[in-house]
Amino acid sequence: MAKAYTPGLKVSSRTTHLAHRILPISGEVKASLGDVVDAETVVAETFMDGDITPLNVANLIAAQPGDLPELMLKKEGERVEKDEPIARSKGMFGMFKTECKAPASGVLEAISKATGQIMIRGESIPVQVKAYLPGRVVEVLPEEGVVIENEVALIQGIFGVGGETSGTLVMACASHDEGLDADAIDGSMAGQIVVGGARMTAAAIRKAQEVGVAAIVSGGIDDSDLKAILGYDLGVAITGSEKIGLTLIVTEGFGEISMARRTYELLTSNAGRTASVNGATQIRAGVMRPEILIPLASDAKDGDSAQSSTDSGVLAIGTPIRVIRDPYFGSIGTVAALPEAPQVLGSGSKSRVLDVSLESGEVVTVPRANVELIEA
Amino acid sequence: MNDTQKIDTDAINVILATDCGSTTTKAIMIEKVDGVYRQTWRGEAPTTVEEPFANVTVGVLNALTEIQEVSGRRLIDDAGEIIRPATATEGCDIYISTSSAGGGLQMMVAGVVREMTAASAKRAALGAGAIVMDTIAANDKRRPHEQIQRIRELRPDMVLISGGTDGGDTKKVTEISEMIAPAKPRPRFGKSYELPIIFAGNDKARPEIERVFSDGGFDLKITDNLRPTLEQENLGPARDMIHDVFLEHVMAHAPGYDTLMSITDAPIMPTPGAVGDILQTIAKGRGINAVGVDIGGATTDVFSVFDGTFNRTVSANLGMSYSISNVCAEATMPTILRWVHLDMDEHELRNRVKNKMIRPTTIPQTMEALVFEQAVAREALRLAYIQHKAFATTLKGVQQQRTVGDTFTQQSGGETIVNNMKLDLLVASGGVLSHAPRMHQTAMLMIDAFEPEGITELAKDSIFMMPHLGVLASVHPKAAMEVFERDCLVYLGTCVAAKGIGKEGKNCFSWSLDGGTRGSGDIAFGRIEMIELGPDETAEIEVRPARGFDVGAGPGKPVTKMIRGGTVGLILDARGRALALPEERAECREAVTRTIDAIGLYPDLEGSAV
Repeated sequence: MAKAYTPGLKVSSRTTHLAHRILPISGEVKASLGDVVDAETVVAETFMDGDITPLNVANLIAAQPGDLPELMLKKEGERVEKDEPIARSKGMFGMFKTECKAPASGVLEAISKATGQIMIRGESIPVQVKAYLPGRVVEVLPEEGVVIENEVALIQGIFGVGGETSGTLVMACASHDEGLDADAIDGSMAGQIVVGGARMTAAAIRKAQEVGVAAIVSGGIDDSDLKAILGYDLGVAITGSEKIGLTLIVTEGFGEISMARRTYELLTSNAGRTASVNGATQIRAGVMRPEILIPLASDAKDGDSAQSSTDSGVLAIGTPIRVIRDPYFGSIGTVAALPEAPQVLGSGSKSRVLDVSLESGEVVTVPRANVELIEA
Repeated sequence: MNDTQKIDTDAINVILATDCGSTTTKAIMIEKVDGVYRQTWRGEAPTTVEEPFANVTVGVLNALTEIQEVSGRRLIDDAGEIIRPATATEGCDIYISTSSAGGGLQMMVAGVVREMTAASAKRAALGAGAIVMDTIAANDKRRPHEQIQRIRELRPDMVLISGGTDGGDTKKVTEISEMIAPAKPRPRFGKSYELPIIFAGNDKARPEIERVFSDGGFDLKITDNLRPTLEQENLGPARDMIHDVFLEHVMAHAPGYDTLMSITDAPIMPTPGAVGDILQTIAKGRGINAVGVDIGGATTDVFSVFDGTFNRTVSANLGMSYSISNVCAEATMPTILRWVHLDMDEHELRNRVKNKMIRPTTIPQTMEALVFEQAVAREALRLAYIQHKAFATTLKGVQQQRTVGDTFTQQSGGETIVNNMKLDLLVASGGVLSHAPRMHQTAMLMIDAFEPEGITELAKDSIFMMPHLGVLASVHPKAAMEVFERDCLVYLGTCVAAKGIGKEGKNCFSWSLDGGTRGSGDIAFGRIEMIELGPDETAEIEVRPARGFDVGAGPGKPVTKMIRGGTVGLILDARGRALALPEERAECREAVTRTIDAIGLYPDLEGSAV
């Protein structure tokens, strides 16, 4: 049987997931091997050097840089408080002395005789890493962080904004192809992860912001709605640090597009469970897609737990796929044929193609580059 | 790494070269055929710098294995090593490589004055093939704490500091260094990596700079001032130092590069640095001015050599997939759609653009999708070239002697050295240009975006071989030149374009090929024509511009020149320079349709197309 490789997004009802929780710089690991942690547990902590405030004191007190050390009221390594005098000029005949006050609190780190510049180092900045995924610590990386393991239902989205959060999954639409509008959002959804069907509208997102929803997961979003919510036109898909009050994850893409039925059904079957979600998306250099992790109760044995692709990334006849470019963008179907020879496309390019049997029954031909596997 | 001095170029018959890109490792084989070097075989494999392999040499050997399979020549022995030297049926004489894997070389540069020493530092870094993450200068309009905050956020592979002319004031450049040192920029390669700092500023400031960076965590390297006087820019030593540090520190920390460095016969070069080198070699060898462009998914690199001066710019967020949404935001949708002759729904296009951004590997299936994608490419290229022209300037801050006569003519320092009328060769590379279904489309994308004036040769890099040839030029310039001319470039043809604006329908210029025996005619303003002139053909063209139009010799003056044909032929462009499409949508569409018909850009396809 003809096979070809194509990447895809994971939609799995049960998988063993490892979450690597690592500090940006070395620090102290707070969790131990075998610990059971929940999403909010702090597993590692460190302190980053405080902010630096430079100040050219010699200029301010009209002194030569070389004379500065003797004019300083504080020495290197001493603590200074904001607005505290730190240097004083000699003045004329002991009069008209000019004083310089500290622009910030911190430690006087350096006094330069060459330039007359000083550096005040502010308080250390604490950095904490939380567990994010409830589970068991299976590896401790000394001074760096931990690896947490759990059995989860895993859904990768295609695009998201906003960072890590968690909450209870709640369904807001009746089907996978129903759009998520403002009237589907209410106050009871505060702190929860709201699952829609097709496109989430700007009005729905605004309502969710108002009521304090933790995250929205839906099939699509319109470009103009995203622009309205962010306040700018997103130029490159590197996201995760937006401060919009909630996390948004789309599973299929931009436009009026329904969530894949399988994804919707998996989310429905897990409604009421607590999930950890992250909207961070990075398409370049080490692809990162948004994710929805639903830790499964240890006694739950889902019937389809064995549903996993043995040949991950391999296209074969019958493989479920999603078309990811117009003119069939968003259509879902299965591979019907994998012709070997390249064919001429409507654009005039020659490319390897495949036939897709769409859910509607129609069979269409598309370039292999324009499909994505729906991975189990 | 073997010593390049020991290579006997006469004894080289088989060369293997790889370019380890972010996603793909491309390998080529060059062989001496009938006394001439030719590129004979190629292979490619996914780059393996990331897990699960985390060793770049795996991808290299896979790409070479592909060549081995298609060529039938055994290149890798049972121990997985490249067989050297070459015999009649096995191995190669030298193996060389470039690399941009793992995000390439990322640098931060600093100088005292943004337009002077900082600009020179940026030029040195870009010329060495780096991505410049930020340029810090005393007058960059950021307050000191904002600059420090920015330095802290960046994770550069190295920092280049310049500032001051030799023997001049040391205070400002020391001040800049005093801000960088405590900000402690964190390198990408973890805590054990000592961040290299290259100082290429005022020689008198060296003791102070040594003091500032003496606290640990840094590896200070000192080299010649890149701006020894205001009138002089000396980028060579700084560029060489960047290259040394790249090999010594950056490459050594990337997965598998220690092995790769040990098996190459010449130092590994950053990919864009190698492309710049080959373009300079060609421009020098042929005595021409050249511009090259490489448009990728995320960035667009523009290289130029004018009167021997080389410049390179990287437009970080102008690209055709990862950055396509940014191109649309910067250029604006109406500006992009002026190149489109079909009805398109702008709202739907915006969603399509975003979908391309999040699924960057898709390709246009329909003609409509291709037309739109090529319209976006025109704007990405146009914007990248504008940025390049603004950067490639004469030195700023140079005192100029003026006479009364100069008052109205002499410009201040800092004018662009890019002159489209003097441009002889325009080279296209990068997916949207190299893989366009028709070469005519590639040619018109280049003409519309770059607006060459006078007589300009158009070519494209056949299989993106310029990086390989750039590094080859460092060990065997003759072989690099021969392969460049014969196999690397696909000549598209020649563009003749008159500078000036006229009245629609009035004569713009007259032309004749070989005294009229091979064709002649007049071309009206606003029109464009294509004349067949095959890839192996040359011809003498005489162009006689109408009053007010210039084709290289001055307004109204005729020009006679030997020109080269190509896969497209001769394009006679009388649409005016600067190229301005009608503002009114219907008129604009008519003008674009006329061009499309004249060049045969999007011919109807046979019914077999899917």
